[in-house]
Amino acid sequence: MEERDRYRGDAGADDAGADGDADSEAGETVGTTYDQARWTDDGAYEPLLAEKDQTEVSVGGEDSPLPDDLTRDSLELPALSEPELARHYARLSEMNYGVDSGPFPLGSCTMKYNPKFTEDLAAHPAAAVHPDRPDESLQGLLAVAAELQDYLGRIGGMDAVTLQPPAGAAGEFTGIHIAKAYHEHNGEDRTEVVIPDSAHGTNFATAAMAGFDVVELPSADDGRVDVEALEAAVGDDTAALMLTNPNTLGLFERDIEAIADVVHDAGGLLYYDGANLNALLGRARPGDMGFDVMHYNVHKTFATPHGGGGPGAGPVGVVEELAPFLPTPHVRERGGGGDGSAGGDSYERYEPAHSIGKVHGFEGNWLVLLRAYAYIARLGDEGLADASAKAVLNANYLAEQIEYEVPYGPFHHEFVASAGEQDAADAAKRMLDYGVHPPTTKWPETVDEALMTEPTEAETRDSLEDLAAAFNAVAGEDDATLERAPERTAARRIDQVAAARSPRLSWHALDD
Amino acid sequence: MTRKTRGSPYAPHTAADTAAMLDAVGAADEEALFDIPEAVRFDDAFGIAARDERTVRRELEGTLGCSDDLTEFLGRGHYDHYVPALVDDLASRQEFLTSYTQYQPEVAQGFLQALFEYQSLLVELTGLGVANCSMYDAASALGEAATLSQRVRSVSGERVLVPDSLREGKRAVLDRYADGPDLRVDSYPTADGTADVDGLVDAVDDETAMVYAETPTVVGAIEESLGEIGAVADAHDALFVVGSDPVAMAVLERPADVGADVVVGEASSLGLGSAGGMGMGLFVTREEYLRQVPGRLVGASEDRTERRAFTLTLQTREQHIRKERATSNICTNQAWLALRAAIHAATLGPDGLVDLAEDCVRLATGLAERLDDVDGLQAPVHDRHHFREFQAHTDQPAAAVASDLESEGFAVHVVGEHRIQVCVTDATEPAVDAFVAAMAEVA
Repeated sequence: MEERDRYRGDAGADDAGADGDADSEAGETVGTTYDQARWTDDGAYEPLLAEKDQTEVSVGGEDSPLPDDLTRDSLELPALSEPELARHYARLSEMNYGVDSGPFPLGSCTMKYNPKFTEDLAAHPAAAVHPDRPDESLQGLLAVAAELQDYLGRIGGMDAVTLQPPAGAAGEFTGIHIAKAYHEHNGEDRTEVVIPDSAHGTNFATAAMAGFDVVELPSADDGRVDVEALEAAVGDDTAALMLTNPNTLGLFERDIEAIADVVHDAGGLLYYDGANLNALLGRARPGDMGFDVMHYNVHKTFATPHGGGGPGAGPVGVVEELAPFLPTPHVRERGGGGDGSAGGDSYERYEPAHSIGKVHGFEGNWLVLLRAYAYIARLGDEGLADASAKAVLNANYLAEQIEYEVPYGPFHHEFVASAGEQDAADAAKRMLDYGVHPPTTKWPETVDEALMTEPTEAETRDSLEDLAAAFNAVAGEDDATLERAPERTAARRIDQVAAARSPRLSWHALDD
Repeated sequence: MTRKTRGSPYAPHTAADTAAMLDAVGAADEEALFDIPEAVRFDDAFGIAARDERTVRRELEGTLGCSDDLTEFLGRGHYDHYVPALVDDLASRQEFLTSYTQYQPEVAQGFLQALFEYQSLLVELTGLGVANCSMYDAASALGEAATLSQRVRSVSGERVLVPDSLREGKRAVLDRYADGPDLRVDSYPTADGTADVDGLVDAVDDETAMVYAETPTVVGAIEESLGEIGAVADAHDALFVVGSDPVAMAVLERPADVGADVVVGEASSLGLGSAGGMGMGLFVTREEYLRQVPGRLVGASEDRTERRAFTLTLQTREQHIRKERATSNICTNQAWLALRAAIHAATLGPDGLVDLAEDCVRLATGLAERLDDVDGLQAPVHDRHHFREFQAHTDQPAAAVASDLESEGFAVHVVGEHRIQVCVTDATEPAVDAFVAAMAEVA
């Protein structure tokens, strides 16, 4: 396999060498460029903690409060002072790119600006409580939970909401188990979940984890659900259709009413993947489109920080008929109806009548939910609607200015461009040199060499123009330049094949 | 603070920008950008009032203040240790906090290295070779271990055996994970707070795919029979899964040395503190199960200049590549909490971590002795070594004792009609004298 392939994908290649440090000058002539901090020590990048110190301490012995047969012999870890650690992690942070660093149009991830005041609230001492306390002594936490359930219900057009799922995929897991429990409760054995081919990988994995067979639905030529194909795919075995709307191409499923009818007529439920809800705030609600169950990605739509991979939160909303199946505990106003309707001024936790049980050991990612509540309260109706309007405007404005083809439209908060003759992954690497994070690449597969792009509402017009300039500069560059990229980041192109072929997953494995 | 008086304060467009951008894309107004059929358009309002930052803070702080200010002697899987200021300061840097999964490793070396160091911490603590860079919490990690048992070729059967004392919330999550692959979750007996190995031997059979044991157990007892439990699992070709946490593992028997195949547990005992139940699951296993591991893995490689660099690896296990054949559906995880745990561990160092763990034994032992001296209390209920927590018998009804304690400003678990559970850590140590005095009043 050729040398260039070593730095892509997981499988395959063999030999290759490095090509030295010849920086291309091309990046300096167009728009913004970027030089990420690159700390090296004797030619190597920032050392591991364990390369700075390894101290072995013995455990047990005379001073130990435990007998030796219950203890380990020793523990070997770095022993470093606070100033040394502060420097270590400060340097690591300098070798990492965040939303405040520059544009982060990672499609389907909604990398919007994370307000700072929500961090202060999450760190508030009154939020640092243990969940195993009587309801009477946790009224503050329960009030925030109940109000957030209410807000999310209104935003999604859902009758009841659980906050327990700790991420979007966990929300899917919850929602699909609710569908499963609902069908079982009705004495129906439904074994299949239908998922369009453009859906997030989590949808397929979730359905399989919940024990369903996956029926993959090919998209129509316009990139949307093919209603005739859907009619052919559903039947007595259909438990649910999982749908993202707008879909991963940014397209609204215009036939959503017909889609809902087809699924409901077959006795199935309609599941809404909330990954793209940032496109619709105040314009359309899943509940009004006929969806029965949905998850919200609060780290996407409601601006809680992505934290380098998490934590997020994936609350699930359901229509009234499914409310008895929500995870336990659920929060409601005391003295109110089982649906959480008003009744008193205090809150309680209860177990819904046919609860699926639990999807988190306690009650979910509370400090993330608290941030989401603060964001929604800050924006209110007008702000939420404006966030979607500007997210959609930004995607359209950006797409208008880039030279890559965007095959499907009209799109909303995100679009999928095609890198055409270029390799999308290489193009993305080159974009890093222009001070922007690249789009999601090579997915969805319905677009060749896909560049799935979601600028979010947080970018200014000027910043979008810089971003477009980065796209266009890369579009005009030759393959050799793209393959050499990135040049200005902390590390140069990383060998993915070697990483997968001989996995070294801890500092203990580095000597091998 | 913002140029706009309406709309999102985090969408920076001026009216002139908006007009020019709409013009550029050929849209008459913002609504024209939405390709939504009339029938499903939302033309109502949410009824959520926008508020300025100061107002939201004031309101939320007021609401949060409606929770009673109690000193929590609470544990049972959610622990409060003092978190050094360095953790908050470093983890809050926007480059860490606002970044996401490292799909572009060249521009995310910092977080990748921190996660690699987190994985290394867990490898050192467990003695097993492969740690992923986080699950949602201990309960979901246990659920994932159960599904792992079905992917390991050397294991057959669909029975999962857990202690009968397993905390209810954890058991409920395990049951949910077990539902899809049709696993049968059964319990084996415990005696005096730890596993009843004879009872386990009676319960286990050739259909058993996994045996789970915890140390410390849910009652805070250090499990003394891990090696025997592991041998029982091994004799039936079942996966031996151990539940623990990184503070406890600093001193307790190394899971690899008692035959553990997988270690799961709550790693947020470092770096987080009480957080309303929010946690971070650890998942560590043997190298031979590497390709069956759920979640993200950071590996070392080299970049084009032949310098060592880090990247997410073996992604063909994951949902975005393998879809319905993925090892799990997990995507977003708890990476930022893994960063916090790693920084916390680093500030402690090996001495500090061992000291903290030994304090968890001394504090629990000492407090149990003091409560045992209080009229109306006997502690600990279980004749075991304890870690952080223990159960106590109350002559009065436990609920009444706990309720009276709340009036004195303290919270404990009520776990039986005449039984409470008490957890003490470095975070609550300064309040121990007052707590014992309050106990003497109410018991």
